[in-house]
Amino acid sequence: MSKLLIEGVSRTFAGVRGGQPVQALQPVDLAVAANDFITILGPSGCGKSTLLRIVAGLEAPSTGRVLLDGKAVTRPGPDRGMVFQSYTLFPWLTVAENIGFGLREQGRPERERNEIVASYVDLVGLKGFENHWPKQLSGGMQQRTAIARALANDPAILLLDEPFGALDNQTRGLMQELLLGIWERRKKTVLFVTHDIEEAIFMASRVIVMSARPGRIKSDVPVDLPHPRHYTLKTSPEFSELKAQLTEDIRIEAMRTAQTQPA
Amino acid sequence: MLRPLHPVQPGTRTVLGIAFFILFVVFWAWITLGGHVNRIFLADPLSMLKDGWRLLTEDRFWLDILITIWRVFGGFALASIVAVPIGIAMGAWKPVEAFLEPFVSFARYLPASAFIPLLILWAGIGEFEKLLVIFVGSVFQIILIVAVKVGATRRDLVEAAYTLGATDNGIVKRVIMPANAPEIAETLRLVLGWAWTYVIVAELIGSSSGIGYMIINSQSRLATGQIIFGIIVIGLIGLLSDFAFKALNRWLFPWSLA
Repeated sequence: MSKLLIEGVSRTFAGVRGGQPVQALQPVDLAVAANDFITILGPSGCGKSTLLRIVAGLEAPSTGRVLLDGKAVTRPGPDRGMVFQSYTLFPWLTVAENIGFGLREQGRPERERNEIVASYVDLVGLKGFENHWPKQLSGGMQQRTAIARALANDPAILLLDEPFGALDNQTRGLMQELLLGIWERRKKTVLFVTHDIEEAIFMASRVIVMSARPGRIKSDVPVDLPHPRHYTLKTSPEFSELKAQLTEDIRIEAMRTAQTQPA
Repeated sequence: MLRPLHPVQPGTRTVLGIAFFILFVVFWAWITLGGHVNRIFLADPLSMLKDGWRLLTEDRFWLDILITIWRVFGGFALASIVAVPIGIAMGAWKPVEAFLEPFVSFARYLPASAFIPLLILWAGIGEFEKLLVIFVGSVFQIILIVAVKVGATRRDLVEAAYTLGATDNGIVKRVIMPANAPEIAETLRLVLGWAWTYVIVAELIGSSSGIGYMIINSQSRLATGQIIFGIIVIGLIGLLSDFAFKALNRWLFPWSLA
């Protein structure tokens, strides 16, 4: 059975000031197997973030439904951990308190909380920064904390919405390796939204390419590159071949976006 | 030399800031001691200081100062205790806002000073009436500003908390309230400044103590030195309480400055 099932999910936004309603997402069907790492690749404005937010329960679909472990998603919950593109650490809590936020909301005892938090601080390499405020951290460290915070709840699925989009290229590369390393060791079902082709291939066991708005699934590309993956993989011939293929796919969509939408 | 938006050195900033005070007092001394204005209408700085010293040593003016401070903080505390929870509720729950916002917006423009005759009828001319003036003047302002700040809570933080398993109740208590605490404290600091204006008005009418009473009393005796001294005392206390409030906020919310 699939871990996550997306059945005919679409989203239409009401028109602004009596204008035409805007369809952001055409009906999408997608089945995600347990412990799969799926990246959703698409040009900006294609509705990929909307799809992720519907899975998270932060937005309601206009049609269709989302099933996680057979249960319909109606609202956000701790079984779907989410990492946002913007820095969403709670600025009034330290790194350790941020990571422990979800556990605290669920009323887990303090001793247990501290142990779990310590193990995730370790996992994302933030030892020594437990008592720092978010403002004192670099962007990369903030996103590492955000990943640890989402994982600390031990969610059934991890959702990431362009989590490294605001980071510089070098940091982004390191973060990709860190997240992939965690996934290789711990196994988790992951849905990762990005517009970066290289990132999409490097992270994924399967890349879902979306069309220009209104988004739909354009192609479903398995990535059979071996694990554990190392950054040198990005310069291998197999990687380049996939990249060339996806670049072509995305380019057509990006051009379509540029033609149909005002700047 | 003067480039737009170019920062000024900290040392120069202090010197410039003090320089204006000196210039101001020199100008004041020149027009009064130099005989350019009538002594009856404006005392010179030296007799102002002399009057002030006499007030403090002979007329027990420090008792008036204390009672005024008590009124400001008492009325302000009452207003805060009532207004902050209402403001948070309005910001967090939109039906509460829809219910109260129109009335509060209207009540905010009712001048506190115009209520004084009515408050005297209801509460007499005792301490409670003075506190009520401050209360009426501050409470609606605090409610409205707090409601706006809370309503503008970062949505992404709220969403993040929901995906971490927070309940609606948890969102209000552990996201909305801590996220806005520094801004609420800053609002209170601002409104405390206004409360100083209301207290003097309250003491000008139907009062027998306080800085405002001393001022209105001095007017009938043309003691302009005393009036100016009273005004300066209010300014100094306001400045001090502002500093104290700022220091308290820095100490309470280190994360917002880190």
